[in-house]
Amino acid sequence: MNPILFAVIIVAGIGLVAGLGLSIASIVMAVKTDETVEKLRAELPGANCGACGYSGCDGYAEALAKGEAKPGLCAPGGADCNEKLGEILGVSVEMTEPKVATVKCNGTCDHVGNKMSYFGVSTCKAANMMYAGTSDCNFGCLGFGDCQRACKYGAIEVINGKAVVDPGQCTACTACATACPKGIIEMMPKSKVYAKVLCSNKDKGAVARKVCEVACIGCGKCKKVCEYDAITVEDNLARISPEKCVACGACVEACPMNCIAL
Amino acid sequence: MNVANIITIVLAGLLTENMVLAKFLGICPFLGVSKKTNTAVSMGIAVTLVMLLATAVTYPIHRYLLLPYGLGYLQTIVFILIIAALVQLVEIVLKKYIPPLYKALGVYLPLITTNCAVLGITMLNFTNVRITNYVEALFNSLGAGLGFLLAMFIFAGVRGRLESSDIPESLKGLPITLVAAAIVSLSFLGFAGIVK
Repeated sequence: MNPILFAVIIVAGIGLVAGLGLSIASIVMAVKTDETVEKLRAELPGANCGACGYSGCDGYAEALAKGEAKPGLCAPGGADCNEKLGEILGVSVEMTEPKVATVKCNGTCDHVGNKMSYFGVSTCKAANMMYAGTSDCNFGCLGFGDCQRACKYGAIEVINGKAVVDPGQCTACTACATACPKGIIEMMPKSKVYAKVLCSNKDKGAVARKVCEVACIGCGKCKKVCEYDAITVEDNLARISPEKCVACGACVEACPMNCIAL
Repeated sequence: MNVANIITIVLAGLLTENMVLAKFLGICPFLGVSKKTNTAVSMGIAVTLVMLLATAVTYPIHRYLLLPYGLGYLQTIVFILIIAALVQLVEIVLKKYIPPLYKALGVYLPLITTNCAVLGITMLNFTNVRITNYVEALFNSLGAGLGFLLAMFIFAGVRGRLESSDIPESLKGLPITLVAAAIVSLSFLGFAGIVK
């Protein structure tokens, strides 16, 4: 017989015997698995992002089935997914408020200069090791796109030297916030409209102003005009509480640096 | 078959031809699951079990099916096929009849499917001059499996010490683990020559 044909027959034969044996064994020796785990797992998005605090979607499903975890922790799944989890488990869901990543920097290339010509490794993390990065501002976005590479959903992109989040795509999995060496990405409430201070510069006003045209200088004008007591100024940086803010827009108009946005 | 030869084979597998520390096969589980002594021993037992079973099946197939027809070159692919199927089968059987053991071995069993130490031992059975028959091949696998278990156990102990020691920042994690593995391997070199 043709030796090649013979070899093929032998390998195929062994494969066939092994396959048949396995399928018979799996039918004969089938074990009832916990159906809730499988059902729960099917509802989860399968991103394995770890935002729930468990090792992945499998881990979360198992913890849910055992009653160790509560539904409502899955950020990428959103409200629908978490409600379904609750239905399977027969419990009501207290949904954590949907959040969205927010880059607290407004320093595009038009507003901030560079303090050096950088030819090193092209990541924020590497650049940050060199005199706190290439940007004139020691607090702001470096624009090398570490967050963009960390995002599994394509929701964050560096445009004109600054990371910009697409709220429609963002699932608040916190991957970008972890990747950012400057720590300027924060998960903020998604559902409500409120004013945000788009700056993280903690330098004194004069210094901040010198490096960036749209930096928060900590002047406190916004705090004065706010009728709802929503704004605090700390470390030369204004901060607006999303809970208290009613989006009246007074601070946006009052800000001399135009660093507050709705 | 003589007893002295079998003792030699087992000793060689355990010490001088240790799968991990002398032949450098199966490094992945050696580094991956040696953080805790419990899991390291579980993995070692699982590997020993699968090595024995794999040899029990692959040896006759190679000797009486592949070699007589001049198909020795199919060894690797056929063995991979058989070991993968075998591990799956063992998993199904354990799940059904010995659930506690299945739970204890957990994720390690499917991991072994692609472990090169298992494939390695089934293939080395045919190049080792000491092995002339089926029983000796089985003992060789047993020795290699126990050797793997020993290496895992020792290294889990070493890593336990590493956890509590002051390691330079740049060496923390994998680097120091690899350095430690190299030193353990070096120490096994001291056994060279006790088995001829």
